[in-house]
Amino acid sequence: MIWEFELLLFAFLLFAAIVALEARNLLVSVVMLSVFSFSAALLFAAMGAVDVGFTEAVVGAGVTGILFVIAIHKTSEKTSD
Amino acid sequence: MKRSFESPITLLGARALAPFIMMFGLYVIFHGHYSPGGGFQGGALLAASVLLMRVASGSKTSSLVLSNAITTPMGVLGVFIYFGTGLLAMLLGSNFLDYEGLPIPGLSPEYLRYTGILIIEVGVGLAVMAALVLIYDKMADGEVSS
Repeated sequence: MIWEFELLLFAFLLFAAIVALEARNLLVSVVMLSVFSFSAALLFAAMGAVDVGFTEAVVGAGVTGILFVIAIHKTSEKTSD
Repeated sequence: MKRSFESPITLLGARALAPFIMMFGLYVIFHGHYSPGGGFQGGALLAASVLLMRVASGSKTSSLVLSNAITTPMGVLGVFIYFGTGLLAMLLGSNFLDYEGLPIPGLSPEYLRYTGILIIEVGVGLAVMAALVLIYDKMADGEVSS
């Protein structure tokens, strides 16, 4: 794959992870975790592990996002710290 | 998150998207034995399409897609397909999950393996889909929240 594109994806991965850690609103964290998972899936596919990337895209960006949203719905949207 | 309202746009988008996700999940399951993908990924895709309808519409509409009561029997059926195939091969004299021992007449050993892996993938896909939808249902009902 083109290395510039991979570098951009790595930067995006770091950005998404930091925003997910630092956000005050937990819904923002969930969305950024989904973005993180999708970037990681693209990187896995670029490195030749298509199966791993597939699983990451489906489970990480799809199902766990929904489960986190349900968990936020059950509790509180704001962080306490 | 306490406020909630119905949006026809969300419902329409989910209704338009869910059948295609489900179709792609079936494709991934049934082509998983010779291309990327397989039972787990296809089952997770099927579960994602069901969960999309569960999230976008209420429980009344989404139980038409997949009823709440049917998820546990589906998961059990998937596990039974998996272990039934393996144990059938073991009872007929081969090792556990050795597809060459399956009693399907008229197939060469290569095609027996091909068909055996396909049967296994269908069982895994059913079990994964049912388990993921079941987790969502239990969480949304609040039965595990205490």
